[in-house]
Amino acid sequence: MSRIDPRPPVAAGADGHDGAGQSPAPLYATRQKVYPRAVHGPVRRAKWAVLVACLALYYLVPWLRWNRGPGMPDQAVLADIRQARLFLGPIEILPQEVYFITGLLILGAVGLFAVTSLYGRVWCGFTCPQTVWTDLFMWVERRIEGDRNARMKLDAQPLSAGKALRKVAKHAAWLLIALLTGGAWIMYFIDAPTVVREFFSGRASAETYLFVGLFTFTTYLLAGWAREQVCTYMCPWPRFQAAMLDENSLVVSYRAWRGEPQGKPSQPGVGDCVNCHACVHVCPTGIDIRDGQQLECIGCALCADACDDVMHRLGRPGGLIAFETLGNLAAATAATAALPPGAARRDPGMAARRPMRAIRPRTLLYGAVMLVVAAAMGTALLLRADQDLAVLRDRAPVYVRLSDGGIRNGYTLKLGNRGTGEAVLHLELDAPPGFFFVVQDAEPDTEGRPLLPLQRDGIGQWRVLVTAPAWVRAHDSTDIRFRVVDEAGRTAASAASVFLGPRP
Amino acid sequence: MPTKIEKDAITGTDTTGHEWDGIKELNTPLPRWWLYVFYATIAFAAVWVVLYPALPIPGATGLTGWTARGALREELAAGSQQQQAMLARIRAATPAEVAADPEMRAFALAGGRVAFANTCAACHGAGGQGAAGGFPSLADDDWLWGGSLAAIHRTITHGVRADDDNDTHATLMPRFLADGMLNAAQVGDTAEFVLSLTGRADDAPAARRGSLLFAENCASCHGDRGQGNQEMGAPRLDDQVWLYGGDKASIVRSIAYSRRGAMPAWGVRLDPAVVNMLAVYVHSLGGGD
Repeated sequence: MSRIDPRPPVAAGADGHDGAGQSPAPLYATRQKVYPRAVHGPVRRAKWAVLVACLALYYLVPWLRWNRGPGMPDQAVLADIRQARLFLGPIEILPQEVYFITGLLILGAVGLFAVTSLYGRVWCGFTCPQTVWTDLFMWVERRIEGDRNARMKLDAQPLSAGKALRKVAKHAAWLLIALLTGGAWIMYFIDAPTVVREFFSGRASAETYLFVGLFTFTTYLLAGWAREQVCTYMCPWPRFQAAMLDENSLVVSYRAWRGEPQGKPSQPGVGDCVNCHACVHVCPTGIDIRDGQQLECIGCALCADACDDVMHRLGRPGGLIAFETLGNLAAATAATAALPPGAARRDPGMAARRPMRAIRPRTLLYGAVMLVVAAAMGTALLLRADQDLAVLRDRAPVYVRLSDGGIRNGYTLKLGNRGTGEAVLHLELDAPPGFFFVVQDAEPDTEGRPLLPLQRDGIGQWRVLVTAPAWVRAHDSTDIRFRVVDEAGRTAASAASVFLGPRP
Repeated sequence: MPTKIEKDAITGTDTTGHEWDGIKELNTPLPRWWLYVFYATIAFAAVWVVLYPALPIPGATGLTGWTARGALREELAAGSQQQQAMLARIRAATPAEVAADPEMRAFALAGGRVAFANTCAACHGAGGQGAAGGFPSLADDDWLWGGSLAAIHRTITHGVRADDDNDTHATLMPRFLADGMLNAAQVGDTAEFVLSLTGRADDAPAARRGSLLFAENCASCHGDRGQGNQEMGAPRLDDQVWLYGGDKASIVRSIAYSRRGAMPAWGVRLDPAVVNMLAVYVHSLGGGD
């Protein structure tokens, strides 16, 4: 909490002040700028690897091609706003099938819960776009303005030509990255090669420029300026992620049982923490991990790398700050309480730890939810028909009495085709003997059956008149079923309706 | 005014000094830029009030002159502008040409549906189902004045017994009883014969007497077996569709006093393109002839 706390530290013994004559603390906090120091180590290397992988994924996926035949977009992953289609490789999702996207979102959310309950906020620390782009922007910042101390010195300096040059260079680099980010985002919505050509030749639509501009601006603002404030002030996830954590979750922790009491390396009777502030200086959100679990901690574990570096230089084992469960912290604290601080506590403390329990009711539940959702989605996807038929019965008139005493009902058929080619279908009617039907505006095939031709990815609408001749003693309501049959005689889709007439 | 600022024991945060029934509020400071964003929204609102209609004063439109009504008018005008090219094509075509061209036909069915709801549905029903008492169904296969596209187009254009159109369908059936052409018994006999055309006569001698009267008075228009005549608008009497009721009393009344239903001539009231669209739409309701 130290970073965003705007108040001067309260002097010891000042608790219980009664406020008389004291001005209240300010309601608004000025931002304490964070200057994270560069750090090296296994966590940092993992974070670079994840960063490169995420950025590669983000920039390269729109360029993957997928041949869907003539007239269809050949981009593997494309949310085609203009035609209201979502293409994911061989899968094409229509607007009325938005539940597939709902399913994906549920899988994403529950997956996030599961990972959090196992490994804490690894999403926040490693893969969240805010983290990835902020990391990238900080890397650029370090290249241009130097590391923590150089940057602090530069910001404290009065404006000079050299400072202005560095600042302009930094912001220009940031804006360029932001533009590339915003530009790549639009490629998920419009065919990538086309939009790139159009963008640079000035022929892209106004919305394209608007959205690229918008995402350029937000990337620059969020990764360049807002940074950790996005996590601490804006993001809802830190607010409720604590509900996924328990004493068995691996979270970035300071092993206070080993580190406390803090003291100089040469001092006798102190813990391993030398209060060098390396963990604070590398923290991208500017907090002190030694204060324990806190909302601002994004779980990136760069403090672990920084601390290990210091410990190794002092000839002590690493792991004073590490991924650790709260249960193990408590166990090690209890096991070492009676021992003198420092080296004597290391081995008993580590020996008191138990391996993390990955199989727990909550992880089983998250796993089960994910399995059920994935199975439901997979089944729905596999059973999805190439054609679908919807029947809308005329309501006015309910039925028509014909001059020969027959009864006629009107229906509107809507037939959609999401197959991979043109569909040539016939209409058939399941109804009592004698019933016959006419499809308005339909060409008959060689056998006189009405043809319903459908383009790929097309929707056709036909009006069908069904007649029960006078000699058929129809009930006032008869169940009927329309079937569309393909050339092989297979029923491609069907829909039930009713045939209404006067009460006999 | 805050009275007592304390340090909260659990969070270590100051309270604001506000207290309601023992419930105290922690002072968790907002970032300062949040405050500036709030000020920016106020500035935005001030600009908005100057540019756009925001004050509850009639006629206060702001500097841009934008109004919701004006925007709607523009949208409607733009929409109607977009339709002009297609309407011109439909205006220049015959209904049969409109029906044969898929593009024009789709447009005519959509436009005809709207025009039908505006001008026709009051009498003929929302789906053209007609109504008892002389409003014929347009969804069945029985057509008084012909069910071809051309015949429907002519009926819509000129109406039926319309006062303001010289080419209207003007034929009138005589009022046989009221004008003294038949007496009451003869009207009854004729009605009995008409019932016999659909196999419903109870009184065979009366129907036999009626057959002579029918041949003399009715067959010239309705046909010798009651098959009707669309040229004259004489309905079929040998089918199951009865515009004014098919029971004997209704038939007696029709013979005695005639019916003489009327329909306005829409040619003088509607754009020819709309009449064309109506003809195509009505033809599609029941398949037409």
